[in-house]
Amino acid sequence: MKLTMRKRENLVGWAFLTPAVVLIVIMNFVPIAQAMLMAFQSGRTGNMTFTGISNFTRIVRDSRCMDALKVTLEYVVVTVPLILALALILAVLLNDPKLKLKGVYRTCIFVPAAVSMVASAVIFRSLFAADGFVNSILVNVGILQTGYNFLGHPSSARIILMMVRVWKMLGYQMIFYLAALQGIDSTIYEAAKIDGATGLQQFFKITIPMLKPTMVFTVVMSVNAAIQVYDESVNLTNGGPGNATMPIAHYIYRLAFNGVPNFGYACALSMVVLVVVGAMAIIQMKVGDRRE
Amino acid sequence: MVIFSLFCVFPLIWVLIAATNTSVDIVSGVLVPGKNIVANFQTLSEHYDVFGASWNTIKYSAVCTVAAIVVCSIAGYGFEIYHDKVKDKLFGLLMLTMMIPFVATMLPLYQSYAKLGLLNSTLGFILPQVSTVFLIMLFRQNSRTFPKDIIEAARIDGETELGIFFKMFMPTMKATYAAGATIMFMNAWNNYMWARLIMSDNSAQTLPMMISNMTTGHYIDYGMLMLAVLISTLPTLIVFFALQKSFVQGMTGAVKG
Repeated sequence: MKLTMRKRENLVGWAFLTPAVVLIVIMNFVPIAQAMLMAFQSGRTGNMTFTGISNFTRIVRDSRCMDALKVTLEYVVVTVPLILALALILAVLLNDPKLKLKGVYRTCIFVPAAVSMVASAVIFRSLFAADGFVNSILVNVGILQTGYNFLGHPSSARIILMMVRVWKMLGYQMIFYLAALQGIDSTIYEAAKIDGATGLQQFFKITIPMLKPTMVFTVVMSVNAAIQVYDESVNLTNGGPGNATMPIAHYIYRLAFNGVPNFGYACALSMVVLVVVGAMAIIQMKVGDRRE
Repeated sequence: MVIFSLFCVFPLIWVLIAATNTSVDIVSGVLVPGKNIVANFQTLSEHYDVFGASWNTIKYSAVCTVAAIVVCSIAGYGFEIYHDKVKDKLFGLLMLTMMIPFVATMLPLYQSYAKLGLLNSTLGFILPQVSTVFLIMLFRQNSRTFPKDIIEAARIDGETELGIFFKMFMPTMKATYAAGATIMFMNAWNNYMWARLIMSDNSAQTLPMMISNMTTGHYIDYGMLMLAVLISTLPTLIVFFALQKSFVQGMTGAVKG
């Protein structure tokens, strides 16, 4: 045999990787390249004409597109830090050895993550409908005279859209932080206590710095997921009222399939999203690494 | 803590109760289980292809989960046990794909699929989901705790690489497999965007799609709707509860690495 044992092992190692790597390349890198090409074209599948950068200039002039970007931005800026903070606090609370019923709490908070986005949106939609549960409680208790149309007003509709995500993703992130917290040596905390540090000081000076890598990871994932919000907006309000709750992914889908389908323009927009996501990821990782 | 737990659990309890009541009762804020569950189910199956959608969802999710954990576990194993500089760089490159928003790839994928006739098919559904960097990372991180000297010993004994993988790695890493399977199953089961994109045939639709269709009507029968939500959520809940401990273990292993 020409191959040494080491070389043969290495070959096998590569063989192990191949299916996964090939799939990722085909399902991710190839479509991106195709999308980049399509971004400079216009029209339906099979009938595309080359239009240069007109798609991109159109983006700037498209007010609905700007609205969608604004909605998405607000969504990300509010939900990501909120979930981060809440998940962190809950994880710390849950990590307390003195807490009873830990398993119960953990399960309760994580359970929403098992529900599909569609189902979550539908549930919240039913709860907050004009004739829904929340309204009937509010009316019965006397806070309101008649039901408030939560989903019919742009501001409250957006708030509920965000609420759905917070409800669903809280448990998921909390588990990440819990796992990370359990990796921290408790003797560090004890030493700090002896030195006179308060609980709050311990949290900020020990817990947070040690969780930095995990936090960066979850924030990147969180932002990525929030930018792509689609399921909830379709099933909660279908983008309404008007276009008040239409995030960018939803808008892209509409551009490509509803009304007058324009794959080229939709692709151009998704390229913009790609660049934004990539830029944000790089920024976040740089910020995360800065103090190491 | 208590408040948050209640906040998280309440909507689901409401669903459970709502599924058993009539729409009128739900609207008036009833919080007690009713007796309408059978009637709700009848209405549901009359108007919607519950069994078809359920079977499709089961089929797609099961195939996807099995394929995914096979492909990703051997990849994670490969990256970790046989690691060298080249592989590490490759992995870094792959991690870039996590940044790629699905919206960017979905349109070209749809086009290619249409040309290849992969629409409305199980294979079409699972292909983009089977190999994810997240899962590979899960297996790779957890493989770090696997004692490499045992592998060396096995090689000296004349064991093949595949043999080592099947006889030693897989049984030891059950927790990781459980965690990976749970995540993959939940993702496949609940997938809406991709399913809606490529399943245009009514006979091929999934449960999330069916529920989404239910909300586009003038009159919404909440009892029926909540029952559908319940049916579509139960499997993922069961999977989660069954594999809970392993799931947390698996995630802990991944984060520590």
